[in-house]
Amino acid sequence: MSFFIASSPHTHQRRTTSHLMRLVVLAMIPGIVAQWYFFGWGVLLQIALAVATAYAAEALCLHARERSSMQGLRDNSALVTALLLAVSIPPLAPWWVIVIGVAFSIIVVKHLYGGIGQNLFNPAMAGYVVLLVSFPVQMTSWLPPVDLSGSHLSLWESVHLLLFQYTSEGYSVEQIRMVSTGPMLDAVVMATPLDHIRSDLTQGLTLTESMQAPIFGGIAGLGWQWVNLAYLAGGLMLLQQRVIQWHIPVAILVTLALLASFGALIAPDSLPGMDIHLFSGATMIGAFFIATDPVSAATSNRGRLIYGALIALLIYLIRSFGGYPDAVAFAVLLANLCVPIIDKYTKPTTYGHQRKTGGAQ
Amino acid sequence: MKTEIQWMSTDELARNRADIEAGKLWRFTGGVHPPERKQLANTTAIARMPIPKRLYIPVKQHIGQAGLLLVQAGDKVYKGQPLTAPGPNAGLRIHAPTSGTVNAITEHPSAHPSALPVMTIVLDTDGEDTWGDRKPVSDYWLKTPTELLAHVADCGIAGLGGAGFPTAQKLSAAEHIDYLIINGVECEPYIVSDDRLMREHAAGIVRGIKILQHISGVERVLIAIEDNKPEAIAAMKDACHGDEQLAVRIVPTIYPSGGERQLIEILTGRQVPANGLPKDIGILMQNVGTAYAVYRAVIFGEPLLERVITLTGEALERPGTVWAPLGCSVEDLLTFAGYRSYPKARIIMGGPMMGFTLPQLDVPVVKGSNCILAPAKKELPAAGAEMACIRCGACADVCPASLLPQQLYWLARDNDYDGLREHHLADCIECGACAYVCPSEIPLVHYYRQAKAEMREQYIEKQKAEIAKERFEARKARLEREKQERLERHQRAAEARQKAVAEREAKAATVQATQPGATSGTTQASDQQDKVKAAIARAKAKKAAQQSDKAASELSAAASGNEASNSQSADNKQDRIKAAIARAKAKKAAQAKALNASENEDAKPADKPEASSDASNSAQAASNDNQQGSNE
Repeated sequence: MSFFIASSPHTHQRRTTSHLMRLVVLAMIPGIVAQWYFFGWGVLLQIALAVATAYAAEALCLHARERSSMQGLRDNSALVTALLLAVSIPPLAPWWVIVIGVAFSIIVVKHLYGGIGQNLFNPAMAGYVVLLVSFPVQMTSWLPPVDLSGSHLSLWESVHLLLFQYTSEGYSVEQIRMVSTGPMLDAVVMATPLDHIRSDLTQGLTLTESMQAPIFGGIAGLGWQWVNLAYLAGGLMLLQQRVIQWHIPVAILVTLALLASFGALIAPDSLPGMDIHLFSGATMIGAFFIATDPVSAATSNRGRLIYGALIALLIYLIRSFGGYPDAVAFAVLLANLCVPIIDKYTKPTTYGHQRKTGGAQ
Repeated sequence: MKTEIQWMSTDELARNRADIEAGKLWRFTGGVHPPERKQLANTTAIARMPIPKRLYIPVKQHIGQAGLLLVQAGDKVYKGQPLTAPGPNAGLRIHAPTSGTVNAITEHPSAHPSALPVMTIVLDTDGEDTWGDRKPVSDYWLKTPTELLAHVADCGIAGLGGAGFPTAQKLSAAEHIDYLIINGVECEPYIVSDDRLMREHAAGIVRGIKILQHISGVERVLIAIEDNKPEAIAAMKDACHGDEQLAVRIVPTIYPSGGERQLIEILTGRQVPANGLPKDIGILMQNVGTAYAVYRAVIFGEPLLERVITLTGEALERPGTVWAPLGCSVEDLLTFAGYRSYPKARIIMGGPMMGFTLPQLDVPVVKGSNCILAPAKKELPAAGAEMACIRCGACADVCPASLLPQQLYWLARDNDYDGLREHHLADCIECGACAYVCPSEIPLVHYYRQAKAEMREQYIEKQKAEIAKERFEARKARLEREKQERLERHQRAAEARQKAVAEREAKAATVQATQPGATSGTTQASDQQDKVKAAIARAKAKKAAQQSDKAASELSAAASGNEASNSQSADNKQDRIKAAIARAKAKKAAQAKALNASENEDAKPADKPEASSDASNSAQAASNDNQQGSNE
């Protein structure tokens, strides 16, 4: 009789990387649905393009690196990268934007650094920043949420627009925006709420004046607040499932809330408050889905708190004083850079070392 | 990298003790909650199995050295009869678990991951189970701790928690202990041996604890039980009722709370220093099974012959616990529990987290064995293919030693042993929590074990290399020293030779002038003796030279030849000397002739020198010769 020989432990919790990544994807669904509801079919088309590109790039790299492509593809990490990047870019950005971004994320940021587990930077965010600095126009052309425009483009028109930059009737994205927002906002570029505040402030308006714009319904901007709440719900699910630890999201949200409240207190006319910071832009998806990327985040709990707080600080500084309206991608990348040193100085004290202990001596 | 122990101040210690007394529980970092699966085996009473036909009793079953054999093949032995004498270094005796005949003493596969063969006594049992001599110490409170320690050691009692450390040795080191902790935590999934023992033999365990207290002199006892064993807790509380010194502490169920170091932290908030022992912080820990074994040994005089083993897993028809005689083969136990075999099955000795798989079933259970786990095919999910580490840090979150398993993994893969030491690999208790949670299913513990083995190997190699290096350097130094000595000796010998040659010449000259018999003539100077001889010769030559000097001065005074004193500085060759002698003789003969021929009266005083020695003559001749030479 032959027996199976194995090294202990002989049991496993059965939560593999691919399982964890699948849970992350599931947790993103509420946010994606909200984006679809407010911004139309574009987001789903972007996701489809991104996923296809990601798998193609992953398979190519694994083949080139002579790794088992089935095993690599099954870990679902490329899927998560693709999703994160796809939901971060304007829904009607031309098709090649997302293809370039995802290909860069997978090939350069992930595989050139040694594949999964080895990348210093969050692949989705590095891809996003490359797109943002390379194609600033395409990357900032968001459509107004459905509350303002009243209706979506049809799926067919969205496809047409994505592929050819014109609808079947020959309208460009710019024209669509003008048409959809109507006479109400003719001159104002329909941007995200954070974009809006930024451009208004640079034009000398006060925050209160800026907030009169129709996009600011509810707490932090029409559509955007709901998208953020949906990602918050997904994030809480990840916490509940113990896919992520609480340290990073809590550190980010608490620090950002504190900084925003303090800023609003000393400069109410130019610095938006906690509500805008927490529920606008990419705050929630950043806190729960992007900053918690295990590969590029700090590893100890103390380190995670520092890492989260650092991201929040950078988000706040860049949003308030920097050149870009939103800052999650830059903040995350800069914090990624600090991870090795954070890890070095937050090494937990091993049991039995440097601890005051004692007994009857 | 020994960590300095920072002792608590008196105040801190008082506060710490007050907290402990108040029943405070601390929490160790990390830990996991694997499925407990204890109900499989803990619902039935501990069974008695029929005496196996054959027992395989390894000569060494504990940490330490084996005892010396007292029996040989063919000997009839009784139950409880010692089979070995106590070995050196607290080596423990083993005893016959039942009566029978020694069949052979041979190498037999052992309870080890590789089934490594070890020296084993094969006992054919007779089924009578006849007891030999038993020496109970029922009035133990009248005995001194030293006597009881000897008795406990004599009964072969080792820690039954798994490590198998000789109990008497652990107890004898107990000084400055403020808490005796009785470990009934049993945190490993599936295993229920201690659970059943506490339920059924609480009174015996408590009596064992009292004996341990008597031996160690510790007043306070904390009995720790995980909260997933309510029946055991109730039984132990009941047994402890009325004894103020004993306190049952219910600890939360989390793996590995039963680890010695982890349990100490939970109950006392103290951490055993790295490289230290629990006694360093005033703690003595014993397993409940050990306490019960001590009770049986002292009150009934029964050596450690059997232990409770959990037989569990879905591949068994009748899982449960059993009193298994030590040496009983795993095969007999599995048969007893109704094992349904299937191809490529796993048979695990120990629990699912820390146990090891057995390559064959004829291995015996020993003092430290507590469980045989026979899982059904799909029962315990084996780790899948190892994937790349995604640095998620889940391993660090669960590590009970607060290590960084992920860093250790990278370092182990790189064979960076210095890095591993820096990251305290030695403090890893191999509990398996990290590998249990790893989403990439990396067999982390396996990497650490390999690295530890490599480092141990390297350490031994290094020791050996250092010894060899020392030896080599000593040899080199010795050779160098010898070479130097040889050189010096040669140099000295050469000098001596030159000197000797010169002196011999000088002496030869003086000898010819004074006494012809006093020749030295030694020229061989290649060893100490020669040197001594040379020195003696030098001294003799000097003496002879002085004598000749004296004689020469006498001669010169007598012969009014004032040149004679200069003769000592002469370094003439022998032939010149001879020639001079010849000349001098000839001259003398001529003078004598002339004297005889012309003036007879004047010749008388001139006769006197002729009566002296040849030496003075020759000296005079030599000086004459010299004078002639210098005049020329």
